[in-house]
Amino acid sequence: MSIDKDTARKVAHLARIAVREEDLPALAGELSAVLAFMEQLNEVDVTGVEPMTSVTPMRLKRRVDEVTDGGIQAQVLKNAPDAREGFFAVPKVVE
Amino acid sequence: MSELNNLTIAEARDALRKGETSATDLTMACLTAIDAADGLNAFVHKTPTLALDQARAADARLKAGEAPAMCGIPLGIKDLFCTKGVPSQAASNILAGFKPEYESTVTAKLFDAGAVMLGKLNMDEFAMGSSNETSCYGNAVNPWRRQGSNVALTPGGSSGGSAAAVAADLCLAATGTDTGGSIRQPAAFTGITGIKPTYGRVSRWGIVAFASSLDQAGPMTKTVRDAAIMLQAMSGHDPKDSTSADLAVPDFEAALTGDIRGKKIGIPREYRMDGMPEEIEKLWADGTAMMKDAGAEIVDISLPHTKYALPAYYVVAPAEASSNLARYDGVRYGHRAKLAQGDGITEMYEKTRAEGFGHEVQRRVMIGTYVLSAGFYDAYYNRARKVRALIKRDFETVFADGIDAILTPATPSAAFGLGEMADADPVAMYLNDVFTVTVNLAGLPGVAVPAGLDAQGLPLGLQLIGRPWEEGDLLNHAYVLERAAGFVSKPGKWW
Repeated sequence: MSIDKDTARKVAHLARIAVREEDLPALAGELSAVLAFMEQLNEVDVTGVEPMTSVTPMRLKRRVDEVTDGGIQAQVLKNAPDAREGFFAVPKVVE
Repeated sequence: MSELNNLTIAEARDALRKGETSATDLTMACLTAIDAADGLNAFVHKTPTLALDQARAADARLKAGEAPAMCGIPLGIKDLFCTKGVPSQAASNILAGFKPEYESTVTAKLFDAGAVMLGKLNMDEFAMGSSNETSCYGNAVNPWRRQGSNVALTPGGSSGGSAAAVAADLCLAATGTDTGGSIRQPAAFTGITGIKPTYGRVSRWGIVAFASSLDQAGPMTKTVRDAAIMLQAMSGHDPKDSTSADLAVPDFEAALTGDIRGKKIGIPREYRMDGMPEEIEKLWADGTAMMKDAGAEIVDISLPHTKYALPAYYVVAPAEASSNLARYDGVRYGHRAKLAQGDGITEMYEKTRAEGFGHEVQRRVMIGTYVLSAGFYDAYYNRARKVRALIKRDFETVFADGIDAILTPATPSAAFGLGEMADADPVAMYLNDVFTVTVNLAGLPGVAVPAGLDAQGLPLGLQLIGRPWEEGDLLNHAYVLERAAGFVSKPGKWW
């Protein structure tokens, strides 16, 4: 599977990474090379094989659904690039 | 006593308990060595004040006679671990300025045991790389050089700063993390020991996530005994990591009996790669002979799906990375791009991530996005998970047949020059992990042990792979190999 410029643009947008128009052909080439490497997987007969979901067969632990932490608003906001009035601030989202 | 920073953990522990030295003196010796080693670019955030505070507290505990093994031991911590109030950037510009408000479980456990943090260590950005060349801090440099050459070599990656710091005696040991070989490959490139434990043995909480089903933290140390001591302190169940195993942690150091008589060592024929350097072949054969001399039975084994491990890894790891790295959006922490008039939230995300992520990270996030996207999920991601199940089954089969440990080379070559792979295809760099990545896919423990020098005087390592949860037995095999190989070389100091 080879990736063209339009697919590269679409993937970059899905990944929310800005890529300049002039850099798209090189990106498409790099992605195609990695995907070509992955094509080897098609040689393997995987009929009847269940996809691996966990490394060790153990049941995921459950805990009581209750609040275990909180009241640390200042700490949560401490590293924010823009925090105002106790909230994370972002550009206008809704017109 | 030689310079204090040259000690192993076991030597320092014994000297501290006997009162022959103090944690403060040990820490001072390391801090001095670190300040004289900026040319290695291993320590990227130094924390001398914190280190000396921790050392004084450790001395008080030692005096009171209630000191665990790691008490007063000065360590370097990979930048991937969140450390409270100390920059924790995963070597990425997107986390510039980030100072966690919390402590990772591993560092908290080490500090509870009395260990001292000297600073944060260089690495590949988000642990994505095999040469420490994708770091926002610049390359870490291997303290080893080829004989008669001053070409700067890679310490390997992603835990390149950890490997360089331990090999150069800037600290007694360091933490590393391993997603496809990131502890074992740099350990092999620098002549030190590194173990990736069984998936779930060590908590991942507070470690910046790369590929959650593959990531494991482990110790990088000067000896196998040190690896046992430090792994003990890092291990154990953590309710904050749902994949951490609720199993008792055995005494790993006590497992080092040096006796492997009657054990079965598997030699997997698929690891004999085309074009493998003769020196690696010889190292492997020598290691096999050492295990045999120690009384083990050598068994030729087959792990038929080995050649598919790298392609499966390069589907699974980027897929998980693309999900994990979605959190870096310029809203909650780290870098946010300057916006132009009229830019909305989508432009904020796209510009922030384009500025903050380096090239290799961008490429892997996009590959991951692609293989998870509608229409390709089954063709790539699900197929890779099925192949992964087959790789794991290969190992289960040989262990069920009675194999105790598997011996392989750790890397396909010795350390290469920084910049040497710059024009190579990304896949060529990925081949560095060819012997280590199977272990992550199967969730098994694996250890790299220095076993010899190549013709140019660079260290080479062998890898031992063990049964799940049997790190003690695995380390005992490594201990036998270490003693038989008698690797004592150190890099000549040029920095």
